[in-house]
Amino acid sequence: MNFEYSDEQRLLSDTLRKFLGTGYSFDARGKIIASPAGFSDDVWAALAEMGILSVPFDAVYGGFGGTTIDMLIVFEAFGEALVVEPYLATVGLGGRFVARGGSAEQRARILPALIQGKHKMAFAQTEVDARWDLRRVTTRATKSGDGWVLEGDKRAVLHGGSADTLVVSARTGGAPDDARGISLFLVERTAPGVAVTDYRGLDNLRVADVRLSGVRAGRDALLGPEGDGFGLIEDVVDYATTLVCGEAVGAIKYAHDATLDYLKTRRQFGVPIGSFQALQHRMVDILISYEQARSIACLACVKIDTADAAERRRVVSAAKIKIADAARHVSQEAVQLHGGMGMTEELKISHTFRRLTMIAQAFGDADHHLARFGAAS
Amino acid sequence: MDLNYSPEETAFRDEVHAWIEANLPSDLRDKVLSYGELTKDELLGWHKTLAKKGWIAPHWPREWGGTDWTVVQRYIFEEECGAAGCPPIVPFGVRMCAPVLLRFGTDAQKQRFLPRIYNGDDFWVQGYSEPGAGSDLASLKTRAVRDGDHYVVTGQKIWTTLGHYGDWIFCLVRTDPKTEKRQDGISFLLVDMKSPGITVRPIVLLDQSREVNEVFFDDVAVPAENLVHEENKGWTVAKFLLGYERMGTGNIAVCKRELARVKELAARAGLLDDPRFTDRLTRVEVELMALEITNLRFLDQLRGGRPPGAEVSLLKIKGTEIQQALTELMMQTAGPLAPIFRPVAPDAPFDAFTATLFPRYCNVRKATIYAGSNEIQRNIIAKATLGL
Repeated sequence: MNFEYSDEQRLLSDTLRKFLGTGYSFDARGKIIASPAGFSDDVWAALAEMGILSVPFDAVYGGFGGTTIDMLIVFEAFGEALVVEPYLATVGLGGRFVARGGSAEQRARILPALIQGKHKMAFAQTEVDARWDLRRVTTRATKSGDGWVLEGDKRAVLHGGSADTLVVSARTGGAPDDARGISLFLVERTAPGVAVTDYRGLDNLRVADVRLSGVRAGRDALLGPEGDGFGLIEDVVDYATTLVCGEAVGAIKYAHDATLDYLKTRRQFGVPIGSFQALQHRMVDILISYEQARSIACLACVKIDTADAAERRRVVSAAKIKIADAARHVSQEAVQLHGGMGMTEELKISHTFRRLTMIAQAFGDADHHLARFGAAS
Repeated sequence: MDLNYSPEETAFRDEVHAWIEANLPSDLRDKVLSYGELTKDELLGWHKTLAKKGWIAPHWPREWGGTDWTVVQRYIFEEECGAAGCPPIVPFGVRMCAPVLLRFGTDAQKQRFLPRIYNGDDFWVQGYSEPGAGSDLASLKTRAVRDGDHYVVTGQKIWTTLGHYGDWIFCLVRTDPKTEKRQDGISFLLVDMKSPGITVRPIVLLDQSREVNEVFFDDVAVPAENLVHEENKGWTVAKFLLGYERMGTGNIAVCKRELARVKELAARAGLLDDPRFTDRLTRVEVELMALEITNLRFLDQLRGGRPPGAEVSLLKIKGTEIQQALTELMMQTAGPLAPIFRPVAPDAPFDAFTATLFPRYCNVRKATIYAGSNEIQRNIIAKATLGL
C-alpha cells in the first residue's frame, strides 16, 4: 500500500498543469466559452499532442496504457482550471465504450483517431423522463434489412454537438424500463436523419438535444451484443462518474484556495475577515470536505476496475454521495464567504460554483446514489 | 498509488489476526463488544499479554521495545485489534508519557519508567485539565513549589480519565506564577498517586458511569527528580504531547466494527427497509470509507518519522463525529426500549445489550469535547494549516 505518485504520474501532472497554467487562464477560458463552438480546437490539439487524450487507452492503439489514478490526475487538473473541452464525453464515455465493448474493427477504426485528436465522441442516452434510470430507454432500433432503423429523442447529450460519433442507446427488445433489450449503436453525427441542437449549459459545458428520425445503422454500427448493452452502459457510466468525482476534487481545491485567499485579503472592520472565528471554522470545514472528497475519489479510482460489479457499484455510489455532498457544501460556502463578489460572473468562483453544482447532479445525485448504494450493499 | 496490501502486508495481517484469535480471552472480548466497564486488571491484563508478545509499543524506538513496523503495519495491527474486539490500549503510559520521556526525559528517567510502562507494571493517568483550565489549558493553577530536593504540589485536576485506577499521574503544574506569558511558568511532573495528600473523587457522568475523576493535591511532596524537561518549560512538552493525544488511528477500526453492529441491529429492528434510516446510515458509512483513506494518506506522510501535525486535528474532528453518529443510529434501533438501562426487577425480561445503547450514546458525547474540543481542533487547523 502506498499513496505516492510514480515519476511518470508526477510528470503527467506537471506537464498538464504547466500547460493549463499558461494556456488556460480564466480570461483565455472566457474567450473559448464565448466562441461559437464553446471549446477550443487548439486546446484539443494540444491535449492530443501532450498525450492527454491517450491516457487510458492501450498502447496497441497509440495509448498511454494508464490507470484510473492517471485519469484522476488529469481530472483534478481539469477541475481546477474548469476545462470545457469535450474530454469526458470523448475519452471518458465514448472512448471507454469503444475500448470496453467495441469489436476489434471498431477499436482499430476509432481509437487511434480519437487519441490523435481527430475524432470526438459523445454518449446519447438520456431521454426526457428518464431521470437517472439507465434502463429507461424508449428510443427504438427496428430491424431493417441487414441493420436497424433508429427513432427517438435524446436530451442534454454532453458535447453531442461536436461529436463525430455518437454512442446511441436504443431498444431492440423489452419494455421501456427493462435492463434487457438495450443495444448500443455507433452513429455518425452527420448521418441522414440525425438532427442536433447544440447549446451552452449554465456550467459552460456544451450539451445537445439529438433527434433520430429514420436513422439507418448497419451491422458494423452495433457496439457489443444485441439486446445486452445494459451492463456495458453501467460499466461506462460508473467510470465516467468516477472521473467527474476527480474533476470535482480539483474544482473543490480551487474553491478552497480562492476562498482562503479571499479571507486573508478582504478587509472589513479594519481587519482581514479571516481573523473572525465564525469564518475560520467554516473555512476548516471546507478543508475537511476537500480532504474527504479527495480520499473517496482515490478509492473509487482504485476500485473502478474490479471484476466484482457489485463492489464497483457500491464504491462508485459511495464516492458520488460524498462528492455530491462536498461539492454542494464547498461551492455554497465559497460563494457565501466571497460575499457579493461570489455572486458575480466576473469571478471564477461563480463558474466553479456552477460546475460543482452540475457535478453534484451528474450521473445521479446523492439521493439516487444513496438508493443504489443500499441496493449494492 | 496502490491501496492494496502487498503479500508481506497480507501475511502480517494474517499473523496478527491468528495471534489475537489465540490470545484474546473470549469473556474479555464479549465484555468489550457489549460495552462493559473494564476493570483495572482487565485493562492491564491485556496490556501485559501484548507486552509479552512484544507488540505493546510498536512506535517506540527498537532499543526500548519498538517493533520498527511501517505505518501500514501499525495500521493493520490497530485494524485487527479493533475488528476483533480487543480492549483498548490505555494510552496514557505507552502513547503519551513514554513519547515524552523518550523525547525529553533523562537517561535515569527512561531507565526507571520506560520498562515499567512497557510491562504494564503501573497504570498511568493524565493530569492536565483543571476546573478553570479546560480549552484554555495554559491558565492552569495547580502549584508546585520547590522545597529542597522535592516539589510541594497543591491544587486540583479534573476529568482525569480512569484516575481511580491510577498508580502514576503525569501533571502540568505551575512552578512560576509570575511570568508575563502564562505558558512560561509551567512544568511537567510525574507524581506517584500513592503519595500522601492525593485524593481521588469520582465524577458520575450522564450515562451513570464512573470514568472520570477529580484529583486533589494537598501539599503533596514530589521528588525533584520526577521533573521532566526543564523547570518552567512544561508547555513545550504539553504541545509535543497534544499531537500524540489526537493520533487516534484505532478509531477507524472500532468505527467499522460499530458500523457492522448498527447494520445488524437495524436489520433486526426492520429499519433497513426505511430509506430515512438507511440514507443517514449510508452517509455515515461513506464518511467512514473516506476517513479511512484520509487517515492512510496522512499516515503515509508520516513515513519519514515526521511528528504528527495539524492534520491529526482533522482526523479527530471527523472520527469523533462519525463515532457519535454511529452511537446515535444504534440507540435509535432500540426504539421504545431505549430508556431501560438496568433490570427493573430480577425476573423482568431484560436485554442486556439493548440496555447499553442509550448510555453509550450519552457517553460518547464526550468524544467531541475531550482531547481538545472539536472547536479547539478547528482553531488549530485554522492557524497551523490555513494560516488564518
